[in-house]
Amino acid sequence: MISELTRGERRLALAVLTAVATFGLALAIAGRGDILAVHGGLIMASAVILMFFVIAGFYAPEPGEERLAQYYDTPTKAGVVLAMIWGVIGMGVGDWVAWLLVYPDMTFDAAWASFGRLRPVHTSGVIFGFGGNALIATSFHVLQRTSRARLPDQFSPWFVLVGYNLFCLIAASGYLLGITQSKEYAEPEWYADLWLVVVWVVYFSIYLRTLMRRQEPHIYVANWYYMAFILVVAILHIVNNLAVPISFGSAKSYSAFSGVQDAMTQWWYGHNAVAFFLTAGFLGMMYYYLPKRAGRPVFSYRMSILGFWGITFMYMWAGSHHLHYTALPQWVQTLGMTFSIMLIVPSWMAAANALLTLNGAWHKVRDDATLRFMMLAAVFYGLSTFEGSFMSIRAVNSLSHYTDWTVGHVHAGALGWVALITFGSIYAVVPWVWKRPAMYSNKLVEVHFWLSLAGTLVYVFAMWNSGIIQGLMWRTYNEGGTLAYSFIDSLVAMRPYYIARAIGGLLFAIGAVVGLYNVWMTIREASAERADEPDAPVVPALARSLQAGE
Amino acid sequence: MFGIHQKLERNAIGFVVAIIVVSSIGGFMEIAPLFTIDETVEEAPDMRVYTPLELAGRNIYIREGCYACHSQMIRTLRDEVERYGPYSLAVESKYDHPMLWGSKRTGPDLARIGGKYSDAWHVAHLINPRDVVPESIMPAYRWLAETPLKVNDLSDHLAAQRVVGVPYTDEMIANATADAYGQAMPDGPFAAGVTARYGEATNVRAFDGKPERVSEMDALVAYLQVLGRLTDAAHQQTASTEGAKP
Repeated sequence: MISELTRGERRLALAVLTAVATFGLALAIAGRGDILAVHGGLIMASAVILMFFVIAGFYAPEPGEERLAQYYDTPTKAGVVLAMIWGVIGMGVGDWVAWLLVYPDMTFDAAWASFGRLRPVHTSGVIFGFGGNALIATSFHVLQRTSRARLPDQFSPWFVLVGYNLFCLIAASGYLLGITQSKEYAEPEWYADLWLVVVWVVYFSIYLRTLMRRQEPHIYVANWYYMAFILVVAILHIVNNLAVPISFGSAKSYSAFSGVQDAMTQWWYGHNAVAFFLTAGFLGMMYYYLPKRAGRPVFSYRMSILGFWGITFMYMWAGSHHLHYTALPQWVQTLGMTFSIMLIVPSWMAAANALLTLNGAWHKVRDDATLRFMMLAAVFYGLSTFEGSFMSIRAVNSLSHYTDWTVGHVHAGALGWVALITFGSIYAVVPWVWKRPAMYSNKLVEVHFWLSLAGTLVYVFAMWNSGIIQGLMWRTYNEGGTLAYSFIDSLVAMRPYYIARAIGGLLFAIGAVVGLYNVWMTIREASAERADEPDAPVVPALARSLQAGE
Repeated sequence: MFGIHQKLERNAIGFVVAIIVVSSIGGFMEIAPLFTIDETVEEAPDMRVYTPLELAGRNIYIREGCYACHSQMIRTLRDEVERYGPYSLAVESKYDHPMLWGSKRTGPDLARIGGKYSDAWHVAHLINPRDVVPESIMPAYRWLAETPLKVNDLSDHLAAQRVVGVPYTDEMIANATADAYGQAMPDGPFAAGVTARYGEATNVRAFDGKPERVSEMDALVAYLQVLGRLTDAAHQQTASTEGAKP
């Protein structure tokens, strides 16, 4: 990797790493009486380890000018592998906490192993670790192809990727140590938030600098979505994380807003993290890899325009549907509900655009599990956006809110849409950037597909059942006019569904392990071939791909 | 319209500006008025701030992720009011930085848990929930009773709270650590200061049953016992609406 950097970039890398290490040291010293010191040490250690790599490769020959004629894909490769590793970790922890709801004593009497600390490791692990790395990796890949321009330099993509993963590491380790802001999906504390802003500014600058040098006159629709993802996540992140640390030597901070204003800001953030992190970026993936894999042009240019601006405008109003019947003023609740219902239009426009693109290529959907991943993702996107609009209706929400139905809805989107489009895109991009004719094993892609589908269905059906039963039990009155069930009655009724959910999650997580293995073996094949090209055995990947289709 | 877009999508900066403008409208329209419209948060002159011990307990509640399974927001629905108590008012979380309304009830709502159970019940429940509620699936928090509470930085906590708008006085900030000791050690020298600063109704007890020291258990139970009891506004509101009915 270092050999791909110019001498100047290696010097820049060393300077940046020195600055980061110094920052870590400063945090460690300032926070010596606090758990902040652990994170200071972690930041410093990460920077120092990376410095060794840079120094070891410092005098390697510089890359030639011919590199400028090619796309720069090594950060994409690293990002894909990191996404798969985070995916396995995040989904594994998710399934573990699902089992904790069945066997609550599996916490070894350790603080870090309790549900409340592990749950954000799961949510951040899958959203930021798995989803974020996949977004960064694919965005670099898509940006270069659709602009017909190479990334502006070799250093900044690595800064974004490595810096972002440092953020993920600080976040996940912090939860285990008990460092959290308690804001859902924005749990990392002030210093991690500031660091993410730095990383994000560089990420955006890469996008802009590459677009400025594009050979294509038009900016492709996938890039609209990636840009909306980068820009709006920045706005959301900064506003929702406004906070005052108790001192520069403490990890703890207090949020700037309180009570009802804080609740509205948090769910404006929370719902648009879904919209712009978990939807916009992944729609970018869909708009590139799905037509590419299907070999068909996007069905409708106008639908992609209307869908994009509809999503960008309307989603930002929808967050207050998380707060129906609460102390939030009713006019805000009603506005949120109204826009949430209208959102079905641009959402289905995007889903329909994807599915109609497949017209003329449905035989490929049948034969190619990678394309089938993307097709199914679009179907789940349509289903879960419909469900979301439905659940935002005040009367429906009175039943569904606070129950497992919400959890089921989130996972219909997260497993069925986000993870499936990601796996599909990764299976499309891995052979592409490693210059292989196909994945190591198409059979394993097939296995992964069916594990994912089965896991998602089991999970979602379990949570529909548990959520609706729970909601109904809470509001059931007996003939005497008193509540029929105690809270604990409703909890006992959940047990079979919690077991089913944990099994569904397990199937899905096993699928991710299969995917990681398949990606790893594809990389190994690629490097084995490069190392020993003339003597390499005939790789039967092509033959396998033919068999898998039958 | 699509012709304009053809031009827009050829201009990177224009596109960036368009995304920022279009996406900013919704949040601005919904959030900004919440700070300016007076009726958003009710008046409650009796509303008090958290004591340092309760605030420390609240931070333990945050640290352990209790909010992932327990809400603190009773909705304006009949069954919720009958199950948990009067529905929550905005003023009740006016000093909550951040709010802990929650989004999921794997366990019951806690907005009005204060005073519902004894301290001893809470301690037993936190040490092993299944000792008092056999069907419970809550994790056990045994270590809280053995972990001494970190009290030396409580003044910093109160000072930061004041920066974000909670009306702690200089005296409260200066005495934060002493007040934490005082509230958990009813027979100690600092107990009188707590009621002087935070009101006669403040719970001053050995929450974990051990008056000789202040543990994280003390703090968390002190917090749980004050939930829903910082103001009477919610009870008054229910009483007055009931009285208004024909």
